[in-house]
Amino acid sequence: MLKTIRLEDENTQFLKKVESISGEIITVCDQCGVCSGSCPFTDDMDITPANMMRKVQLGQSDVLETETIWICASCLRCMARCPRGLDLSKVAEALRQINLRTAINHIKVEDISPEEAKRLPAIAYVGAFRKLTG
Amino acid sequence: MKIGVYVCHCGGNISEIVDVEKVAKYVDNQDDVVFAKHYSHMCSEDGQQMIINDVKEHNLDRVLVSACSPLFHGETFKNVAKQAGLNPYLIEMVNIREQCAWVHYDDLEKATEKATNLTEMGIDRIRNNNPLEEIKMDIGKSVLVIGAGIAGIQAALDLGDAGYQVHLVEKDASIGGKMAQLSRTFPTNDCAACILSPKMADVTTNKNITLHTYSEITKVDGNLGNFKVSLTHHPAFVDSESCVSCGLCAEACPVSVDDEFEWKISKRKAIYIPMDFAVPNRYLIDVENCLNQKARRKSGKTNVCRLCEKVCPQNCIDFENKPEYLELDIDAIIVTTGHDVFDAGRKPEYGYGKYENVLIAPEMERIIVKKSEGAEVRDIGKKIAFIQCVGSRDEQIGNEYCSRVCCMYATKLSQLIMHSAQVAGADKDIYVFYTDMRTFGKGYEEYYKSTQKMGVKFIRGRPSEIFKNPGSEKVNLRVEDTLNRQIIESEFDTVVLSVGLELSAGSKKIADILKIPKSTDGFLQEAHPKFRPVDTQKDGIFIAGTAQGPKDIPDSVAQASATAARVMRLLNQGSITMDPRKAFVHPELCDGCGECVSSCPYDTISMNADNIAVVDQNRCKGCGMCLSSCHSDALDLNMFTNFQLFSEVKAALKDKRESDKRIIVFADSICTYKLSDSVGNAKNKYSVDTRIIRVPSSSRVTPKLILQSFALGADAVFLGDCEKKSTPFLGSIDAVEKNIKLVKKNLEIVGISPDRVEFFQFVTVMLTKFPMLLNKMETIAKNKGTIPHEKRIKISNSLQEWLFPKNKEI
Repeated sequence: MLKTIRLEDENTQFLKKVESISGEIITVCDQCGVCSGSCPFTDDMDITPANMMRKVQLGQSDVLETETIWICASCLRCMARCPRGLDLSKVAEALRQINLRTAINHIKVEDISPEEAKRLPAIAYVGAFRKLTG
Repeated sequence: MKIGVYVCHCGGNISEIVDVEKVAKYVDNQDDVVFAKHYSHMCSEDGQQMIINDVKEHNLDRVLVSACSPLFHGETFKNVAKQAGLNPYLIEMVNIREQCAWVHYDDLEKATEKATNLTEMGIDRIRNNNPLEEIKMDIGKSVLVIGAGIAGIQAALDLGDAGYQVHLVEKDASIGGKMAQLSRTFPTNDCAACILSPKMADVTTNKNITLHTYSEITKVDGNLGNFKVSLTHHPAFVDSESCVSCGLCAEACPVSVDDEFEWKISKRKAIYIPMDFAVPNRYLIDVENCLNQKARRKSGKTNVCRLCEKVCPQNCIDFENKPEYLELDIDAIIVTTGHDVFDAGRKPEYGYGKYENVLIAPEMERIIVKKSEGAEVRDIGKKIAFIQCVGSRDEQIGNEYCSRVCCMYATKLSQLIMHSAQVAGADKDIYVFYTDMRTFGKGYEEYYKSTQKMGVKFIRGRPSEIFKNPGSEKVNLRVEDTLNRQIIESEFDTVVLSVGLELSAGSKKIADILKIPKSTDGFLQEAHPKFRPVDTQKDGIFIAGTAQGPKDIPDSVAQASATAARVMRLLNQGSITMDPRKAFVHPELCDGCGECVSSCPYDTISMNADNIAVVDQNRCKGCGMCLSSCHSDALDLNMFTNFQLFSEVKAALKDKRESDKRIIVFADSICTYKLSDSVGNAKNKYSVDTRIIRVPSSSRVTPKLILQSFALGADAVFLGDCEKKSTPFLGSIDAVEKNIKLVKKNLEIVGISPDRVEFFQFVTVMLTKFPMLLNKMETIAKNKGTIPHEKRIKISNSLQEWLFPKNKEI
């Protein structure tokens, strides 16, 4: 369970990447946790929003595998209360973008059976074929 | 005019690089120069004697020493002048060591040329020197201390004990300030009232302290040594001499209102005593709520109620009491006006004022005091939460700073609650929700540990909100335990908000009256954060306590004593000598437009009966900022007159060849000139085309002077000054930026690149930045090429009819 955190150059590179995509200076987060308490979805997340920020600060790229970044709905309650004025929804979006830019195809059209194809709404196709969502 | 010029070898420091003989020979032929000598050590005993003998023998009326920096040996040669019977302002130094020999050590020919030119500049400057006298002013020993909290009391006592006449002014009815409202004090758990009340009593017994309570300062004029202070004593309607605080009046009074001293957790009457240990110990009538006073205001009836008057055995109640107005003559002022606590209503998510279970820490202090006195207080229940950083470290409400005392007072309050519960055999469950625990003072960390030992739990997380479940007596609190990475949601009987400190409303008012600046955090600004921490930018005004920034009692007391010492240092001399570097007006040139009046941040300029501007010589700081506002050159500055600087610039460009570039550098004495000396000491090379001209502040450099420099042949002009936060002159940096903007605009109109003018704010350690910037200016001058003659003529012509700088465009 416990694993050692490595603090290497690649960790810093990851932090810088998230900072440049999100436009937020993530290093000023002082981990007070007011965002986690404010977030209406914390109970459904696997890590708290403040924990997400912490992981980005230390450049732990396993943050990309968390549910949290997909659960964030950008309601901005965290931003309204952050004493340092950070916008976590932008950070979550940046992390989602990093995932999406790997452009992994999740749906193959040939795998959809004709029965399913009849029942699927058009919007599902649009969503499935959209660039970057795979 | 007879000028004697001395070129110094500086024991080889100068002569190994600069051909001093050549320099002396060249300037010997200048007009008015009786002779030019060169000598090995001008500052030595022999060198000084040589000047003294020459002045007497040749009747010299000006002496120019071409040697090291005037910041290094200026005083030495001033004394030489005094010994020779010459006015000390008729001797000048030219800096050919730090600003020539030491920075151009690899180009002997160019260095010699520059040294010659610098000496020429000095000669042209000194021709226009006037004999000046230092201004001496007698100074008394009366001090005004504004605000009688613990800081004000401490400063007043120190000064009173030292024999200074102190006027201690307090807007409230009693002295004591915020400390009087505390329960106990960390880290010793002394009862606040017990350690404060003896000090308060000392104020009344000290014969050198005049106490003005229930008073307000309405106006302050003048400056160090002659402040005129207007004071209003508000009517208390009770004679403090005869009142024996028996309290019969309050028993009789039918009106009951919230007690501010008790943070409104209990009631008081409309005639009341602020607190048990009040100084002065007398009752007073609250004008807002007294039935009689209300009736007077409303219908003019004077016979309403008066129950207190009927029962007073001393007959000391007087409903006709009127305000008194006083005028004080004061030599120095100490501002100790303190703080207000943050209004917790500005953080609506914490529900202060909405839920009665949510208190602020000062209310908790009073509950503890009242309870220890055996009074009936609200039950705070078993499970208590403290929320830290309410109104501190929070950019959402605009306070970025840490309030420094909240960690400790929350620790103290939880310790006191825990302790009294243990004594009573009860059980308390206390949680402190913090962002970072900052227990930095002497004995504080130990105090924190002892609180942890008592079983108080500290949880790292900033609560996001407080809410109430329908039908519940308790309040819910939601927070992430950031060390556990889990959300805590729990019910509490009482939540205490640890509110931060802000500058008090009274302090804001006083700052406006005294015209002292505030720093970005909103508190009063000190003159220098490290070395002048209790001075302000205005001479003779000092600050201490929480008006300067959030701090605890020991720091407030230490600062207050520091201000007392600073005041003694000033007033003990009996008189002050002021540099004659003051602005003055040529009355024949002044056309009475009045533009200059508003240009001075120290309000030293006014128009006299003949509508001619006059400068208050006692108050002028000699920065020269006002000169830019004068379109007729009527305003001038001693030691740096328009004519002196113009001659210096002209001389600097006199020997310029077609192939040469010339950068005129205006360096303020405090930072940039000092820095250029350090750069010389470090032997950091820079362009030999620079000519550094010393000014008191770069705001002295008028747009006109910069444009004149271009008209005379400068290729670039560079201005240097201190950073905004460290300059001693209010508003000077803004003024320079405004001037530079105007100059750039005018250059553009003529078709000269605005890049040729640059301004930079230096810190005196930028030993590489300074050469780099000067070299950059040289590169710009080279890249942009020579300014065509007709463009220079165009600037020159436009300056003939120079109108208001602020709306002047060529």
